[in-house]
Amino acid sequence: MAQIYDFIYNLLPYLGAWLRGLLQSWGLPEDAIFLIIGLIKAFLLANFGLIGFAILTYVERKIIARFQDRLGPNMAGPYGILQPVADGIKLLTKEDTMPAGADRWVYNLAPLIIATCALAPLIVIPFGPGAVGTDLNIGVLYALAVGAGALVGVLMAGWGSNNKYALLGAFRAVAQLISYEIPAVLSVVVVVMVAGTMSTVGIVLAQDVPYLFVLPLAALVFLISGVAEVGRTPFDLLEAESEIVAGFHIEYSGMKFALVFLGEFIHALVVSALFAVLFLGGWRGPWLPPYLWTLIKMSIGIFMFFWLRATLPRIRIDQMLNLNWKFLTPLMILNLIGVALVDKGLRAAGATGGLWAAGMFAFNMAMLIGALAIPGYLGHRARMAAMASASGEEPEALEAVGAH
Amino acid sequence: MTLIQAVFILFAILTLGAGLFTVLSRHLFHAVLYLILSLVGVAGLFVLLEAEFLAGVQVLIYIGAISILIIFAVMLTRGMARNPGPPLNNQSLAAAVIAGLFFVLLAPVIAGFPWPQVTQGVPADAIEALGRSLVDPNQFALPFELASVMILAALIGAIFIAREKR
Repeated sequence: MAQIYDFIYNLLPYLGAWLRGLLQSWGLPEDAIFLIIGLIKAFLLANFGLIGFAILTYVERKIIARFQDRLGPNMAGPYGILQPVADGIKLLTKEDTMPAGADRWVYNLAPLIIATCALAPLIVIPFGPGAVGTDLNIGVLYALAVGAGALVGVLMAGWGSNNKYALLGAFRAVAQLISYEIPAVLSVVVVVMVAGTMSTVGIVLAQDVPYLFVLPLAALVFLISGVAEVGRTPFDLLEAESEIVAGFHIEYSGMKFALVFLGEFIHALVVSALFAVLFLGGWRGPWLPPYLWTLIKMSIGIFMFFWLRATLPRIRIDQMLNLNWKFLTPLMILNLIGVALVDKGLRAAGATGGLWAAGMFAFNMAMLIGALAIPGYLGHRARMAAMASASGEEPEALEAVGAH
Repeated sequence: MTLIQAVFILFAILTLGAGLFTVLSRHLFHAVLYLILSLVGVAGLFVLLEAEFLAGVQVLIYIGAISILIIFAVMLTRGMARNPGPPLNNQSLAAAVIAGLFFVLLAPVIAGFPWPQVTQGVPADAIEALGRSLVDPNQFALPFELASVMILAALIGAIFIAREKR
C-alpha cells in the first residue's frame, strides 16, 4: 500500500528516472540524452497547454452557464464534453480568409507569434520537485519577458489586417498590456525580494508559509493586473463587441482565429500557474501528490477569472488607465519599499518562521486597508461636495473616484 | 567549428541581416519588425554568453517596451501606409565605397587589438554578484543612482511637456 502511494506521489520523477535509465541502457551519449529528454519535455508541456486550452473552453462555457442559470453545451457527448472536439472540427472546415490589402506576411505570422509567446512560459512552471521543464535562474523574469513578446504579435495582427477596428483594438490591447505589466512586475519583484531568488523552483521552496498569507497585497495586485493582462472581464475593453466589434483579431477566421484564441486562454493558464507558484506555494501541500496540488492551485486562479467574468461589468478605458497609473502602480512602489524595510526590520529583530510571516501579513493588511480607505474617504468627500454644489455638469472628481 | 560557434554565427547573421533589412525596408512598419528581430538576435547572443539576466531584460525592455513605443510613434507619422519609394538614393554606391574604405582602415586595428579572454566559466551566482555590485558604494552604486536620477528627470520633463496648459 505504502509502495503504491509512493509510486503515485513521485510519479513524475520516477518516469523521468526510468526514461533516463532506458536511454542510458541504449548506450546513447550524455548530450543526446539531454536533447531527447528536453524535446520530450517540450512536447509534453506544449500539449499540456493545448489540451488545457481545449478543456478550458468547455469548462468556461459550463461555469458561465451555471452562473447565468443556463445549461451550457450539452449536446456533443455526455454533458457536452465533446464540445471542444466539435469546435475544433468546425474551425478546421472554415474558409481561411485574408482581407484585401492585408499585409500578407505580417497578417499570417501574427497568430503564430501570439500562440508561441503564450506557450513558452510553461517551461518554467514547476509541477513538483524535479518535474519542471527547465529551472532557469531567471525563471520569473523569463516568463514575464516572453509574455511581453505577445504584444508585438497583437500589434502585427491589428496593423496587418488593414481594418480600422483591428487597429483600434490593437492600440487598446497594447496600452492595457503595457500599463498593467508595471504593477505585475512590481508585485513579482516583491516576491523575488522576499524569496531571494528568481528561479520558480527556488520561490516554491522558499514558501514555508504560502506568500498569499505573507504578501497579500502583492498577491491581490498580481491577480488584478493578471486579469488585465489576459484581457478578461472586467478588463475586456480590448475586444468590446459593442464598440470595436472584436478587437485586433476581427479579421481572422478558421484555425488562425483558433490560434489567437488559444493564445488568450493559455495566457490565462500561465498567469494562474504563476499565481500558484508565486503566492500559493506551487506544488507544496499535504497528502496529495505534487502535480495534483499544482493543478488544483492553478484551477483556483482560473476559476477566479471565470467568476469575475460572470460577475463584473466592463470598465471604461479612462477608468482602466486611472486604476493602473493612479492607484496600483504607486501602491506597489510604496509596498515594495515598505516590504523591504519591514522584512529587514523583522529579520534584524530575530523574527523567523511564523512570527516573521505574521509581521509581514499585519503590515500588508494595514497597507491594504489604508490604501482602500484613503481613496474611499476622498471619494466620499468629493461626492458629497458634488452633491452639495449640485451643478448640472458632472464633476471630474466623480470619474476619478469611479476608478477606485 | 564547435556547436557554440555555429550558434554564434547563426545569431550574428540574424542580428546583422535583420539590421540590414531594417534600413533597406521600404515600409516603415516592416522596418520596425526587422528591428525587433535584430533585438531578438542580440538577446540570443546574451544567452550564448551565459548572461541570462541581460537576455531577459533585453527582451522585456527592448522588445516589450521600447520597440512598442517605436511602433506607436511610427503609426502616428503621416504617410505611414503609403509606399515612400526605394530607400536608397543615387549616392548609395559612393556611400558603399567610402564605408568599405573605412572598414579597410579599421580592420587592422580590430585584428591587432588584444581582446581580453575569459578562461573560466560564468559563476553560478552571477545575478547575485550583479545585484550586489549595483548597490556597493565601492563599485557601481553611484552610476546606478545617477542613472535613476536621470530617468526621474526625464519622467518629470515628459509630464511637464505633456501637461495641458491651464
